[in-house]
Amino acid sequence: MSGPGATGTVNRVGPLDRLRQRYPLRSVLLGLAAPVGAVLFALLASSVILSLGGHSPSHVFSTMLKQAERPTSFVDMVNQAMVYYLSAVAVSIGFRMNLFNIGVEGQYSLAAFGAAYVGGQLTGGGPFHVVIEVLVAMLVGAAWAGVAGLLKVTRGVSEVISTIMLNAIAVGLGSYLLHKLGQSSGNNIQTKPISASGQVAGLSYSGTQAKIFGFLFVAIAVGVAYWFITGRTRFGFRIKATGLNEQAAVASGVNVKRMTLVAMLMSGGVAGLVGLPELLGQTHTFSQTAQSGLGFAGIAIALLGRNSPVGMALAAVLWSFLGKSANQLDFIGVPREIAAIMQGVILLSVVIAYELVRRYRLVLQQKDVAAQLAAVPATAANQAVTA
Amino acid sequence: MRRFSSYRVAAIAGVAASAMLLTACGSDSNSTTTPGTSGSAGSSSSGAAGGSGLKIGLAYDIGGRGDKSFNDSAALGLDNAKKKYNLPDSDVKELEAAQGEAEADKEARLTQLADNGFTTIIAVGFAYADAVKAVVAKYPNVKFAIIDDNSVQAPNLADLTFAEEQGSYLVGVIAALKSTKHSVGFIGGVNVALIQKFQAGFDAGAKAADPSVKLTDKYLTQPPDFGGFNDPTKGETAANGIYDAGADVIFAAAGGSGSGVFKAAKAKGALAIGTDSDQYQSAADDVKDVVISSMLKRVDVAVEKFIDSVKDGSFKAGNTVFDLKAGGVDFATSGGKIDDIKAKVDDFKSKIIDGTITVPTK
Repeated sequence: MSGPGATGTVNRVGPLDRLRQRYPLRSVLLGLAAPVGAVLFALLASSVILSLGGHSPSHVFSTMLKQAERPTSFVDMVNQAMVYYLSAVAVSIGFRMNLFNIGVEGQYSLAAFGAAYVGGQLTGGGPFHVVIEVLVAMLVGAAWAGVAGLLKVTRGVSEVISTIMLNAIAVGLGSYLLHKLGQSSGNNIQTKPISASGQVAGLSYSGTQAKIFGFLFVAIAVGVAYWFITGRTRFGFRIKATGLNEQAAVASGVNVKRMTLVAMLMSGGVAGLVGLPELLGQTHTFSQTAQSGLGFAGIAIALLGRNSPVGMALAAVLWSFLGKSANQLDFIGVPREIAAIMQGVILLSVVIAYELVRRYRLVLQQKDVAAQLAAVPATAANQAVTA
Repeated sequence: MRRFSSYRVAAIAGVAASAMLLTACGSDSNSTTTPGTSGSAGSSSSGAAGGSGLKIGLAYDIGGRGDKSFNDSAALGLDNAKKKYNLPDSDVKELEAAQGEAEADKEARLTQLADNGFTTIIAVGFAYADAVKAVVAKYPNVKFAIIDDNSVQAPNLADLTFAEEQGSYLVGVIAALKSTKHSVGFIGGVNVALIQKFQAGFDAGAKAADPSVKLTDKYLTQPPDFGGFNDPTKGETAANGIYDAGADVIFAAAGGSGSGVFKAAKAKGALAIGTDSDQYQSAADDVKDVVISSMLKRVDVAVEKFIDSVKDGSFKAGNTVFDLKAGGVDFATSGGKIDDIKAKVDDFKSKIIDGTITVPTK
């Protein structure tokens, strides 16, 4: 960690001081610099693009903010954010172990189909109806990711390649199964609609008939579980250790193959949940027009949130805000693609900003050490150890 | 050590970002009461009701205006109505679907139009069925229309569908008559029931004109990937494959991907047939001459008739089928490439209209 002692000598130790000791001012400012800088840069870049197109940036941004405040769009935003969040968590479980699970896309679409099909066949069953749907989704997602995991541990196939291929297969398989097992509704084909007991009720929000998906609680629970497992258990430590240095992990007795498989299964299991908020909360059927692309959005959000449970939640909200608030832009004559540009610029600049801040922090630390070495050799030696 | 501290940076960064977002929300929303800095952009949304009373909103399917096919056909209908009723730009709004969007996005698009004061709303494409179902009841005073779907019924909704198989049958006849190798191909944008209906008609027509004809088919994408309606490169690749396998006429029922098929036809010295719009007119100049005909799906007629009906108060809810008889589907003759066989095709056409021929839909 960046040595707390570096900020100066502490005489009295109050709660504020303890806080300051834990989060030194410089460290906080540096931490703020990266995301704030990235978002500011994205604002600047999109302002330039808007100005070049003859639009007023401030009018565009205020329109987006006003749009997000409207109850219906706010609900849409929250709903989309929780879906993004689940996808990001699924991706980040792999990231923690240096596994690049690009297959969340295929995993969730097959899982949503499976859950929709099984859920549509069942009648009654009370609360177990939903539980069965969730289990089916997680199992299908885990199984599909497990294929890539098995290929990796038994045959050494890179999970990047296998999950991309499995995505393509999932699309074909899902389409085939939908034709085989689905029913037509006008020009669309869908699974048998899920009856009331298999649906998840939404939360009302004043000012709109749109409901916040009840799956919000599941998304929060997944986030908490993710935080606990990765940060507070031996298992999570092993995952992280394997990701950081595989040889070291092996040396300290971690079974890397087993961890790889388990991480893929967990990632796939969470990926299975991605399609459920919309399925159980709104459409109640899986059709040809189901939402796609969520798995890829999850990769971007996991990167943006740096695999942190809170960071990814914020990134998901930001992503969803940009996407949904852009709807109103068409009405002021601005192409809503500007939102996609902002998403891209934010992602790129966050990655760059983190790296710049990391380097700058390193330089500062080296300077501190050098200065202290010159002044008081004894303390400096001690400092170098903690830094 | 470094890795550890970067995780902590991430956590703090996250909090920081949220704080920033929240404060940004707070400060900007306070200042939105005076969006005076806006330039020309603000004018279109405010649009006071025009003299005609018509305020038309159009929600396109994937590809939007400019796909030179399905969506453009709807756009033509809108343009005609706009001209006819002399509507200012502010009374017409066109929005476009994104690839792979959520159900909520489709609903939001229609809601957005209704909330912004558009009282005549057209959803272009069956993908809007569920969204229309959710929205129609909330806006009883708004007249809705949906193209290509009849699964939703409501007192303020017109379901406009087409007998695509009939038009496809006629271009099937054209393809078979124009093929010197007795081999024709079909390229569908996305493998959905609607496009299968095109193929059923096309195959039947080709067989009727030439029982020995060889039929090949290829769909560009499988749902839920609807990219096949807007991917000329995929169209070109698929067409090259079919031409190489011996076909010399291809019917491209693939929306915006059709331009790729025409390009392949040009390169192979073969022929192609377009869909929905008269694609001889819209194709690039260098590939025009390979487009011998198009299966016209007159979405423009349906859109214009719907707008007329709202305007003159004769709006009728429920399903209207635009078939060959009603002029809802047809074949194009621009370019004069099928003048020699037009009489034969017209013969089939009259037989379908009088019911002597029943065209299969599957």
